[in-house]
Amino acid sequence: MANSTTAHAHDDHDHKPHGIKRWLYATNHKDIGTMYLVFACAMFFMGGAMALVIRAELFQPGLQFVDPGFFNSMTTMHALLMIFGAVMPAWTGLANWMVPMQVGAPDMALPRLNNFSFWLLPFAFTLLLLTLFVPGGAPAGGWTLYPPLSLQAGDSFPLTIFAIHLMGISSILGAINVVVTILNMRAPGMGLLNMPLFCWTWLITAYLLIAVMPVLAGAVTMLLTDHFFGTSFFTASGGGDPVMFQHIFWFFGHPEVYILILPAFGVVSEIIPTFSRKPLFGYESMVYASASIAFLSFIVWAHHMFTVGMPLAGQLFFMLSTMLIAIPTGVKVFNWCATMWKGSISFETPMLFSLAFLFLFTIGGFSGLMLAIVPADFQYHDSYFVVAHFHYVLVPGAVFAIMAGVYYWLPKWSGRMYNEKVGKLHFWLSTIGVNVLFFPQHFLGLAGMPRRIPDYSTQFADWNMVSSIGAFIFGFSQLLFVYVIWSAVRSGEKAPARPWEGAHGLEWELPTPAPYHSWDTPPPRNVIAQGAMH
Amino acid sequence: MTKAIRRVPSVLALSAAAFASLSAHAEWGNLNMPVGVTELSKEIHSLHMTIFWWCVAIGVFVFGWMIWSLVAFRKSQGAKPDTTMVHSTKAEIIWTVIPVGILVIMAIPAARTLIAIEDMRGSEISIKATGYQWKWQYEYIGEDVSFFSQLDRQSDEARQLKSGVDPKSVQDYLLNVDNPMVVPEDTKIRMLLTGQDVIHAWWVPAFGMKKDAIPGTINELWFKVDAGKTGTYRGQCAELCGRDHGFMPVVVKVVTKEEYKVWLAAQKAAASPAPAEAPADAPAADAVAALPAAPRG
Repeated sequence: MANSTTAHAHDDHDHKPHGIKRWLYATNHKDIGTMYLVFACAMFFMGGAMALVIRAELFQPGLQFVDPGFFNSMTTMHALLMIFGAVMPAWTGLANWMVPMQVGAPDMALPRLNNFSFWLLPFAFTLLLLTLFVPGGAPAGGWTLYPPLSLQAGDSFPLTIFAIHLMGISSILGAINVVVTILNMRAPGMGLLNMPLFCWTWLITAYLLIAVMPVLAGAVTMLLTDHFFGTSFFTASGGGDPVMFQHIFWFFGHPEVYILILPAFGVVSEIIPTFSRKPLFGYESMVYASASIAFLSFIVWAHHMFTVGMPLAGQLFFMLSTMLIAIPTGVKVFNWCATMWKGSISFETPMLFSLAFLFLFTIGGFSGLMLAIVPADFQYHDSYFVVAHFHYVLVPGAVFAIMAGVYYWLPKWSGRMYNEKVGKLHFWLSTIGVNVLFFPQHFLGLAGMPRRIPDYSTQFADWNMVSSIGAFIFGFSQLLFVYVIWSAVRSGEKAPARPWEGAHGLEWELPTPAPYHSWDTPPPRNVIAQGAMH
Repeated sequence: MTKAIRRVPSVLALSAAAFASLSAHAEWGNLNMPVGVTELSKEIHSLHMTIFWWCVAIGVFVFGWMIWSLVAFRKSQGAKPDTTMVHSTKAEIIWTVIPVGILVIMAIPAARTLIAIEDMRGSEISIKATGYQWKWQYEYIGEDVSFFSQLDRQSDEARQLKSGVDPKSVQDYLLNVDNPMVVPEDTKIRMLLTGQDVIHAWWVPAFGMKKDAIPGTINELWFKVDAGKTGTYRGQCAELCGRDHGFMPVVVKVVTKEEYKVWLAAQKAAASPAPAEAPADAPAADAVAALPAAPRG
């Protein structure tokens, strides 16, 4: 601790621009991280409001509130906002805040690029949200944009494509920044295998982003030229193939799934050891498992499209490669279990969210394993079983891990403690809500309810009603999240430099709140050694 | 191994029946995949149950381990951390190899069923289904019988925004059509699937099969309804196809072979304009059957 104080003796006379300029011209990783997180939170609530429109319409059979076309717009926009607007920016925000502090760097490697990659997002999402007001309405062909259906869109089409391009550019630039920071800016003495697992999973995520976002850009550009310039990449009547789009899309789409979840593995791998007061079990195997998952994510894409009519050999290959993902994922779950084994466990809010992650992500993993079995997938495909599956891995998976990370690092960011009681209330309402919301969707799917329908046969009425009740509990309890953070930042108790007894890592060697410029002289080796106890 | 897997469904059927009897409402009991009425759908159901029970077994172990740790190693109960426990190659090998074994055990029957599903040989009747926004067209290949099949009028009225009609008062709400596809029992039916405008998917859960109907492509699937399982089987379009995606059901009426012959003859008679002295058939069916066949993609 003494070392870090001397290293940051001049922190008191930090200069930062005031007012709007601080944010518009921001190059500080902490400011940009905050902007990313606030933006993600805004999109989370907007996407959540759309989800509540969906669940309100599905509360009962019959159409009560919205036109089926608008319903389809809601499902499409909900997905685009949540994936590209909420979860991905939230991870980039956490990376901005934590990566420099964890590797002992003064800032991100490319601060002006960092500013640019953030400020693309508000424009991208303004364009996307504008589609709600153009003739023909917002895109309604699903976030997967399958042609020919997506080509039937009205004026929203070019806006959507351009918005996706901007989001893609933003993601690629953000990813480049993370890679360069981690590879070039680690403090002397911090080897790659000394890094916290959050940096590792983000490094792998960043490579995935750089690899696949251009593929998405290519796919949507081909859609654009099919729509406006008379090409026939995906138009059967012109000699094109609609299925080719699906192959290209999912070559992006499956790694994208791991882009959303790998940083979650990293966060949980920080939090579980802290509150078990025991180092992470099998650190190296965790790194290798993350890398294997990333590699496998490139060779499993067609399991999203088993029903398009692939050759037998293709179906067998994608079934086997998909099943293989269970191995490194299992290794991770077992390592987290072993980390808790013989620990000394306490249950603060970040740990509670991480434990919910552990239980509920595993349930999502099980349904994923079931979905890999091709013959059974012929039943599950495009049913509510799939909806239940990916929401289990994305909501109590990715979203819970983001929340766990925010609760965990908030004292370091703000210098203030959140209210533990309200945090726990938020946790329990969220966990109960999310299960009431998504568990019955397994039943609905198995009983034969297709996804993306605004109205359903009466045999599905009971569980849909339960699911909708869960949705409203979950949705409104997120207001508590905003409240608990707001009140902590405004008037929380002062937090000590190491608010969690078992926390290790360079970020905890800094004073609290973390100074505006941290590690502008690299941490000495003994501080790294003190911090790098995984 | 096959025997072991065959035994699983019977064990499950017992527990499922026990669970179902607990719930007074039939609808609350809709928890699992239907067993179906074809050999393939039964195999698929058994695969589903096998992988489900594997997940349950692994879940009991993993969740048991987690809960045990959370209870036994609570700080509030004075647990002291063992900070030396950071790695074990032996453990890593064990929890890599055992899951590989389980996956192999699962992959073999899955591959076997998949090979059977893809085997289109020996089909007795071929029916081409074309998806339109938002209805199906069925063409009986070589029989000159072709008709459209769309949401029945009662459901269609009830499903309008704020229609005021209680869906529960409509029989088979959203799962009923004007002209169902008709097939004989105990006959291998080959479906040829294509789409006219956008991608649709043809799905009847009781047959265990779903496949996309894609413009410019012909997909195949087959089913053979067990003898004695005549009746009406219902499903829905399963690929988002636009505004009324939720309103294009798939309904298949399975009849005896004799009934099928009679039905087919009636359809043919209705389709051919020559015999003017055959007004006995229902005029509505007549009009639909007389529609021109769809242009082929």
